[in-house]
Amino acid sequence: MIEVQDLSVRFGEAEALRRISLTLTPGERLGLVGESGSGKSMLGLALMGMLPEQAAMSGRLTIDAHDLSGAADREWREMRARKVAMIFQEPMMALNPLRRVGDTVMEPLRLHLGLSKSDARRRALELFEETGIQDPEEKLRQYPHELSGGQRQRVLIALALACDPGILIADEPTTALDAHVALRITDLLTRLARDRGMMLVFISHDLAAVARTAETVAVMYGGEIVEMGPVGQVLSDPKHPYTKGLLHARPTITGGELRKRLPMIPGNVPALADLPPGCRFSGRCAVELPHCAGTRPAIHAVGGSRSCACHRVPEVMDGAME
Amino acid sequence: MSVLLDIRGVTRRYPRPRKRLFQEEAPLVAVDNVSVQIAQGRTLGIVGESGSGKSTLARMVMAFEAPDAGEVLFEGKNIHALTRRELQALRPEFQMIFQDPFGSLDPRRSVGWSVAQPLRAAGRTADPALIARTLEQVGLRAADVDRFPHQFSGGQRQRIAIARAIVTRPKLLVADEAVSALDVSVRAQILNLLMDLQEEMGLGILFISHDLAVVSSLCDDLLVLRNGVVVEQGSAAGILNAPGHEYTHTLLTAARLELQGEGAA
Repeated sequence: MIEVQDLSVRFGEAEALRRISLTLTPGERLGLVGESGSGKSMLGLALMGMLPEQAAMSGRLTIDAHDLSGAADREWREMRARKVAMIFQEPMMALNPLRRVGDTVMEPLRLHLGLSKSDARRRALELFEETGIQDPEEKLRQYPHELSGGQRQRVLIALALACDPGILIADEPTTALDAHVALRITDLLTRLARDRGMMLVFISHDLAAVARTAETVAVMYGGEIVEMGPVGQVLSDPKHPYTKGLLHARPTITGGELRKRLPMIPGNVPALADLPPGCRFSGRCAVELPHCAGTRPAIHAVGGSRSCACHRVPEVMDGAME
Repeated sequence: MSVLLDIRGVTRRYPRPRKRLFQEEAPLVAVDNVSVQIAQGRTLGIVGESGSGKSTLARMVMAFEAPDAGEVLFEGKNIHALTRRELQALRPEFQMIFQDPFGSLDPRRSVGWSVAQPLRAAGRTADPALIARTLEQVGLRAADVDRFPHQFSGGQRQRIAIARAIVTRPKLLVADEAVSALDVSVRAQILNLLMDLQEEMGLGILFISHDLAVVSSLCDDLLVLRNGVVVEQGSAAGILNAPGHEYTHTLLTAARLELQGEGAA
């Protein structure tokens, strides 16, 4: 179980993450969705204890009842060896090009689990089979450049699963892949989380990929979670103006309405240092009030397990804003 | 409506390196016998995944490389049969924008210099008033001429690249993954800008993307490519409503926002 409470990450004056709170239970699949600079990758790194050195973290982070707020490097290394694993967007960059992928996957098995060479090989083979790698025997002996992008991503997933982690953090794992390969990777991640009772944090800018993979979604903007809840509810009935804007700005395939102008969110995502002190979305928001830029919105409960950080939530809930 | 671009049975092969000393490898057919037209003021979307041949096709349309078979006619002229000088004279009529605006803009040159580049290449004078007007046309300020690419956000840099492409008042714009690197909210701005410019200038657009949702938002016609071969082609509405090929269906699935579970619409 992961518990995050009022987690903030600062780089000097700039706040990269601001008062993030969330809870993840075993087997739960959380999607972190947002545009560049929203803080979604930073939150992923925070959960891995891999924030850059200059980052100052405050707030509470507990993984399986271990309080990791301000934990030492050694404690985190142990955590990463056994409990938390991560995969990235570009699998080629994460694999050693000079090593056979089988050896790469066997390394943590021998190092952390103390398996013998033949046991490690057998386990690596099982992991390759579990992650749907075809001809696993042969693939163990191959080098990263001999594999396709989708196969490389599967190898990295196998590597991440080597020590049977309770949490898998996947940062844009499908962004560099072709559509049909990406579909199979999201299916694989969903199946693994379900079969293994593993928590999955799926980070992506792609709403469609998040909708397919996650159960709960946290929409991020300017280092904050602006809206959170069950993915079907949030994406079909968004409450936050940013979530609404994001969904509308996304071209939909209806077939009937071609060549239609897309509703836009005006402006650009501001740089961290230029974010307004109050609501981060002020300046781009369609329903902004004068006090929004200066005052932080509270996180309102908006029915069921849903929450939304917006000053105008009461009116939204009354239906006065439609 | 008059045909602006007529691609006729275009094929492009690349030799593959030998694996054995005395045996030639069969060439890779990057684009295999593709025929399609773009009328003035219309948009053709080319969709496909990596290795489908969509960028090779774009390069042939831009006359950056020649087809091994077939021809590309721009307003009836075979662009691959032109002399260098004739091609240079015709180039202002068809321009291109790329995926990564940062990579396609010279970081040491001002925005004004970059935007004026196609004019200089065609031997025209770079009229400052025209540059200023073009920048305003794409939603930038005339005063931005003296700034440098790094001072702009990704979306604004793509606007600069579009300004450079339209400064010669072309009839055809080729956009290769032009919005793929942009955030969702910025992407909508750029797609709208392209639609506005099309209306204003009567541009024909060849829009290349791997994302069917993006393509569907601005294209009249669609061509689905896979491994260099046309899997499906026709009106965008027709294909999106009733995809005739499994591959198109997969692309549709990937692009669609499918909600599941509680509260799904």
